[in-house]
Amino acid sequence: MSIHKEGDLTYADVTPRSVYFNRRQILRAMGIVGAAAIGGRVVSHLVSPETVALAGAKLNVTVKSPFSTTEKPNTFDDVTHYNNFYEFGTDKGDPAKYAKNFRTSPWTLTVEGEVKKPAQYSIEDIVKLAPLEERIYRHRCVEGWSMVVPWIGYSLSTLIKLSEPTEKARFVAFQSLYDPSQMPLAGRAGIDFPYVEGLRLDEAMNALTLLCVGMYGESLPNQDGAPVRLVVPWKYGFKSIKSIVKIRCVKGEPPTTWSRYAPTEYGFYSNVNPYVDHPRWSQATERRLGEILKRKTLMFNGYSDQVASLYAGMDLKKYY
Amino acid sequence: MRDFFRKLLVSKWSKVAVFLFCLLPLGYLGLRAYQGEVTANPVEYIQHFTGDWTLRLLLITLSVTPLRKLLSLPNLIRFRRMLGLFAFSYACLHFLTYIGPDQSFSLSGMWKDVVKRPFVTVGFLGFVLLIPLALTSTKGWIRRLGGKRWQALHRLIYVTALCGVVHYYWLVKSDHRLPLLYGAILAALLLYRLVDSLLKPRPAVSVSPAS
Repeated sequence: MSIHKEGDLTYADVTPRSVYFNRRQILRAMGIVGAAAIGGRVVSHLVSPETVALAGAKLNVTVKSPFSTTEKPNTFDDVTHYNNFYEFGTDKGDPAKYAKNFRTSPWTLTVEGEVKKPAQYSIEDIVKLAPLEERIYRHRCVEGWSMVVPWIGYSLSTLIKLSEPTEKARFVAFQSLYDPSQMPLAGRAGIDFPYVEGLRLDEAMNALTLLCVGMYGESLPNQDGAPVRLVVPWKYGFKSIKSIVKIRCVKGEPPTTWSRYAPTEYGFYSNVNPYVDHPRWSQATERRLGEILKRKTLMFNGYSDQVASLYAGMDLKKYY
Repeated sequence: MRDFFRKLLVSKWSKVAVFLFCLLPLGYLGLRAYQGEVTANPVEYIQHFTGDWTLRLLLITLSVTPLRKLLSLPNLIRFRRMLGLFAFSYACLHFLTYIGPDQSFSLSGMWKDVVKRPFVTVGFLGFVLLIPLALTSTKGWIRRLGGKRWQALHRLIYVTALCGVVHYYWLVKSDHRLPLLYGAILAALLLYRLVDSLLKPRPAVSVSPAS
């Protein structure tokens, strides 16, 4: 019986690193080339990288949410070409350009910390975990613009409950993926990565807080935070963290990216509040994308009925 | 080569060329708007675009004097007034996007904003200080004020450029590369003047009006 010793293998026997990492893409490309050659199929798929196979996939939405606004949603084009996603550049047009080849599959989302049942989910698990709802929310950016987006997902509470937070859990910390090799412009942003965010546990469990996997009937485009993001409609947009890899229940208030960067400008709560201005600009008005003149900003972005009670007795000027 | 360049500088066509150069950004903006390529937030896009070009033209205007001396091309002075007036024109467009879409042409609303927010205050100050410079940019006003006084008045452009850089720096959230770059260029241009005035105490320079 002959046994290969380790020494018998040379580097030539090892799959090159780049091929190994791109094996799925390479296999798929080979398959598509084959299919195209045989059947003369639509060649447009050739230019679509692996990620596009996921982004843009139709989602089976079964629930129309009572939380939806009747306001007219912005166009898909607006919502996919005017993005703040600093990992992919600080210009609003950058994410659409530089997140094109962002790999969102395979993807693992970890739920851990002060929970009885820590868990790991693939993005396929996440999409199937609960019936998908369409929720048309107003979205207000701290910079003074806003839009209306038909998001798809389900309440974050559904996911958190599965892990059974312990008595000690008071806050939830979130973390985005940070992969410098896929995010070459991140170094210019001026803020630290990975991007982290946080909510109080009761905020996280509020029915409005959406674990979002899609919009406009499809899975999330890369530049909008694929494959899974948060949408917290009564808070400024930067609280709605994108491309989440980790959700951690914790005892104390977790650090958040923007308040760590400029604590006097961005607080942990960051509720939309027309009466508390950003130190450098007013928050009393906002420009809805597609409109010329500004409109008045609503308290809690118009979601007071659902969330005002969370802050009863709190000085929102102090806890901005 | 140099002689050719000097001749080119005094030809009347060179002024036409600089005039057209200054119109290029506006033409580009018009083209983008026509093609619908001004993002989902056109007001902001136009506001930032005109603000950028105000600052760039201010810096170009401020480069004229150092370049004249460093390159021994005194005739560059012919373009300074035009460059300055174009900087003012872009500043006017920039201001229009603010007073119009942002403030719905409400003077009281604008005033509240100017008083309350340092970022708006410096921008507004920089703009206001440009107005007397634009008004007194003619030969007649140089004569009326006298060269020395005219020159002293027009040093206000240093303040305006500084206001512009600070205004930009305070606008940006965290990516400060561009405002810092403009700031560095402005610092170099002002430092040149400081060193120049310290090195050679000269008799009063007579201002050569742009022809």
